[in-house]
Amino acid sequence: MNYPIDQIRADFPILQKKIHEHPLVYLDSAASAQKPQIVLDAMNDFYTGSYANIHRGVSTLAVAATDAYEAARQTVADCIHAPSVDEVIFTRGTTESINLVAASWGRAHITAGDEIIVTLMEHHSNFVPWQQLAHETGAILRVAPLTPAGEMDMPAFTELLSEQTKLVAVAHASNTLGTINPIREIADMAHAVGALVIVDGAQAVPHLAVDVQALGADFYTFSGHKVYGPSGIGVLWGRMSLLTDMPPYQTGGGMIERVTIEQTTFTDLPARFEAGTPPIVEAVGLAAALRYVTAIGFDAICAHENMLMQYATARLAEISGLHIIGQAASKVGVISFVLDGVHAHDLGTILDDTGVVVRVGHHCTQPLLASLDMPATARASFGIYNTKQDVDTLIAGIQQAASFFQSTI
Amino acid sequence: MTQLAGLYQQMILDHKKHPRNCGELSAATAHAEGYNRICGDRIFIHLRVQDGCVADIRFTGDGCAISTASASLMTEAMKGKTLQEAEQLITDFQQLLTTDNEPAELGKLAVFSGVRQYPMRVKCAMLAWHTLQSALKNSQSVSTEDNA
Repeated sequence: MNYPIDQIRADFPILQKKIHEHPLVYLDSAASAQKPQIVLDAMNDFYTGSYANIHRGVSTLAVAATDAYEAARQTVADCIHAPSVDEVIFTRGTTESINLVAASWGRAHITAGDEIIVTLMEHHSNFVPWQQLAHETGAILRVAPLTPAGEMDMPAFTELLSEQTKLVAVAHASNTLGTINPIREIADMAHAVGALVIVDGAQAVPHLAVDVQALGADFYTFSGHKVYGPSGIGVLWGRMSLLTDMPPYQTGGGMIERVTIEQTTFTDLPARFEAGTPPIVEAVGLAAALRYVTAIGFDAICAHENMLMQYATARLAEISGLHIIGQAASKVGVISFVLDGVHAHDLGTILDDTGVVVRVGHHCTQPLLASLDMPATARASFGIYNTKQDVDTLIAGIQQAASFFQSTI
Repeated sequence: MTQLAGLYQQMILDHKKHPRNCGELSAATAHAEGYNRICGDRIFIHLRVQDGCVADIRFTGDGCAISTASASLMTEAMKGKTLQEAEQLITDFQQLLTTDNEPAELGKLAVFSGVRQYPMRVKCAMLAWHTLQSALKNSQSVSTEDNA
């Protein structure tokens, strides 16, 4: 079956927009993806027709809102193959999901001398919480190195694992290098020494079919806005046996069973980790987004994005002085690169002038870029709506930047 | 490329390719490090203050065309200025980048007026200048200590 690219593009209103009189070429979905009309409609319809706070009151609206919110949780559970819907916790995003685990599970289980392993490719969101927890508890942070291609150095990772290892924090896919990590293998190795595995799935969920059980993860996290859903919502999935024993992350309304002046008892999962009014409409929007990508199908999405990656990699290689950063055998739709003589920031400005949106900078992976001795790269990332023509426009823009800087003086 | 040509004027591209006053300064009386957390660029300003004047100034570091050319042209403009004139020039340059009221007598530095159209690049153009401001402060605190 042909990939329905024209239909998909028509679903995203922003793709009609012009930037500096050029059609928008959006190659920054790894930072945040655009939203299809169906997500905007789901949220608007909910605000317009069924909005109320959830789990409170007996009104018809409150019941409808609660049902929609809990139905969204079921959609997430189905999408990531969670064994129980009660293991799905709504958060503000991947960052909050990871901070929740660090603050709750981490403070309860990590003590001085314990070891936490992160990889060198981690986003700051899966790096800083563990570094800070280590500072706080006297635990030791170990950083798993990478091969020159930007894959995890598995022999070196094996060396780092020991009985002291309590946790391995790893990205399912790297936001800077694109590398897809072998989560199952990592989880099996970690479990063999008694350590748990938390996976940052922010860059994987938009591209790959995710089955948290098959992956062998203990915690899995992702954000709504990178999978064509709204900002302000994310997901923490955790094994029931772990979540059950974890103390609350935040306290307040919605997560209590009984409050007296002296004492509070807390309610069951998942509400125990959702203090305060949660992102109700965002949950509805996220569910619409997940249904949308699931309907396209991850086999079709993978095939389309792999085609774009191969095409873009070949075309970028034609540009003299351009170096692709991250040559892993298995990548999601993310390509980082540097161009000799042209700083990434200048490249970003020149590309923007042609309507092409890329990300330039350190991509919230400063330890990785420091190890590569680079202050910044440019990064093009692909979503379900990108085309070969988008790649051609990118290439033309890079060539223009190269000649602009090389032709002068 | 019309608007871009306004940003990347010939003089800026020249100073990017051939930065002036780039390197260490042996007799420096103050240093400061500047860091642009958005792009990760780092710059060092090396300053020699003598008799209340900027006797010499050089910079090291690597950045984009805008930040490098800005550092280069700044060092040219600052040499020989009194500390008060230096502070005034920093204020005037910031005004050039962020407001429509173009200060008079900025000379060559007026080539950066195009940056105004690119708000995300103002930080690049200001990096060396903010760093110089820190260096001037460091220089003051050193001289205060010397006097004490």
